[in-house]
Amino acid sequence: MFNLTDFLQFSFAGLTSGAIYALIALGFCVVNNTMGIVNFVQVDFVSLGGMLMFTALFTLGLPMMPGLLLAVAGVGVVAMLVERFGLRPARSDNHLVLIFLTVGLSIILRGIIKLIWGKNRMALPPLTPDEPISLFGATVLPQALWILLLTIVAIGLLTWFFYRTPLGLSMRAVASNPTAAAVVGIPAGRVRLTSYAIAGALGGLAGVLVTPITTLNYDVGVLLGLKGFAAAILGGFGSFPGAILGGVGLGLLESLSAGYLSSAYKDVVAFVVLLLVLFVRPKGLLGK
Amino acid sequence: MTRKQKIFYFITLHRTGLWVTALSLALLLFPLVENNPYTLGITNLIAINAIVVLGLNLFIGYAGQISLGHAAFFGLGAYGSAIATVNFELNPWLAMMLVALIVALVALVIGVPILRLSGHYLAMATLGLNFVFHTILLQWDDVTGGPSGFYGIPSLEIGDLVFFDEIRLHYLLWAFALLSLLLCLNLVRSGVGRGLAALAGDETAAAALGVNTRNAKVKVFILSAILASLAGSLFAHTYSFISPDSFNIFVATDFVIMVVIGGMGSIWGSLFGAGLITLLPEWMDLFETYKDFVHGGILVLVLIFLPQGLVSGLLDIFKTRMTLRRQKNAQA
Repeated sequence: MFNLTDFLQFSFAGLTSGAIYALIALGFCVVNNTMGIVNFVQVDFVSLGGMLMFTALFTLGLPMMPGLLLAVAGVGVVAMLVERFGLRPARSDNHLVLIFLTVGLSIILRGIIKLIWGKNRMALPPLTPDEPISLFGATVLPQALWILLLTIVAIGLLTWFFYRTPLGLSMRAVASNPTAAAVVGIPAGRVRLTSYAIAGALGGLAGVLVTPITTLNYDVGVLLGLKGFAAAILGGFGSFPGAILGGVGLGLLESLSAGYLSSAYKDVVAFVVLLLVLFVRPKGLLGK
Repeated sequence: MTRKQKIFYFITLHRTGLWVTALSLALLLFPLVENNPYTLGITNLIAINAIVVLGLNLFIGYAGQISLGHAAFFGLGAYGSAIATVNFELNPWLAMMLVALIVALVALVIGVPILRLSGHYLAMATLGLNFVFHTILLQWDDVTGGPSGFYGIPSLEIGDLVFFDEIRLHYLLWAFALLSLLLCLNLVRSGVGRGLAALAGDETAAAALGVNTRNAKVKVFILSAILASLAGSLFAHTYSFISPDSFNIFVATDFVIMVVIGGMGSIWGSLFGAGLITLLPEWMDLFETYKDFVHGGILVLVLIFLPQGLVSGLLDIFKTRMTLRRQKNAQA
């Protein structure tokens, strides 16, 4: 017995969380392309985005849109600080050491977030008032539409940046061949700094968008971040279309298996499928 | 050779054996000096962690792979022993061996496909496995007890000697840790170990020199899984209570942090890494509110300034100092 309304409902839920995973996955990919590492601080960029949005709305009393822009820019700046003072002084080019450096930085950043905003769960209002919209019989919250819309805008901006600006061009050069990029004089420091700023902004945007649906907490980003990493791997680590495909795929997989199989094991189903995909294609769906 | 040179030569030649003997003696006498059960409880936990980290360091430092999923093998050992001794009333020692054997088979079945992956993909796959394992522990509560954990696991015993109090456990756990240490120290100096070190350096070069890289990777994976499983069984019998949170992905990450802090590919470093990271939360009480700050800070500082790990890093600094001083003396 197949119920179309249910299916649409699950698919919308999947698309919404998939868009969030895709944003986070893109952040992972940007840093990986310039530095070749998994940046685990990405996880905290998500929480930080929600926290800054909370401050912008309730402490500074800003309206929604300026608040959102401020929060996203704020996380971008923090991300640049993390790169400049946390990662650049490292005396090693061993990837594993650098990856665990990001784990250490992530613990520190989470500590700072806990210190400033406390451990309590907070609630963030949605971008526009919650009045469910009926779409082909399925009920959709306006926030879900905002998530999809702003994700598409973010992807558009990212494409414009990488293909239409000189800095984007140099970042693509570093991604395709770091040595050759260094030989022709592309400044490695600036590229790495920019990649962190972009990763931070993407993570922050994901945090601002998702926390009205979940709740806001200092470690809300951890599980979301891991799903984002899984999405990036599923699509092929470093590939932007892969990250989007992986994110949406993972989101759909999760909500459909929660709907039709078991909500307790939805993460298990998602990860098992991820493993099976990797066994068949060890470099992800669109990886090289 | 003069007498002094001879003694010096003997010491250099047998340095590993001498270090192991010295460590064993120190551990043998340790409970005489320190009999506070709380302190011994912490050093016992270091021993358990050290067993896992020794195995994991072979996999990471010698085979050049990455696993963010060893808490799963640790947990399989713990829950395996718990279920076998409580539900099936098996002898704990027999259960420990059986569970280790089963874990080895699991590692073989998982290892063959998963070790085709490399780098970040392998990290994600192992992380995913650990995540799945942890979710199953939480959800399958008829067997595992779910989030509230598994109670009433019996203590280990030899005849009338029951390993219940901290001092007896100290000897039992450190005996296991020292045996694992000896195993690892000897393994890395054997032909197999040299092959593995070549594998960590450059997989293609190692294959060209005749190392069966795929086989070697799977073998080390299995060995490290067995060590983690043994440590897990010991963990279960030591605390007689286990809960899923001791085997989640953060624990798995902590194991890798221990390897990295101690120094990848440094067997002795594994002991120090396990020691430092296990002790850190204990010292953290002093800092209370700034806990995460200090924890992360120490990690970051060690990785920035001593990327080769604590032992090799400090040793390198010391050697450089000595050489500089010798040069200065020679010039003077």
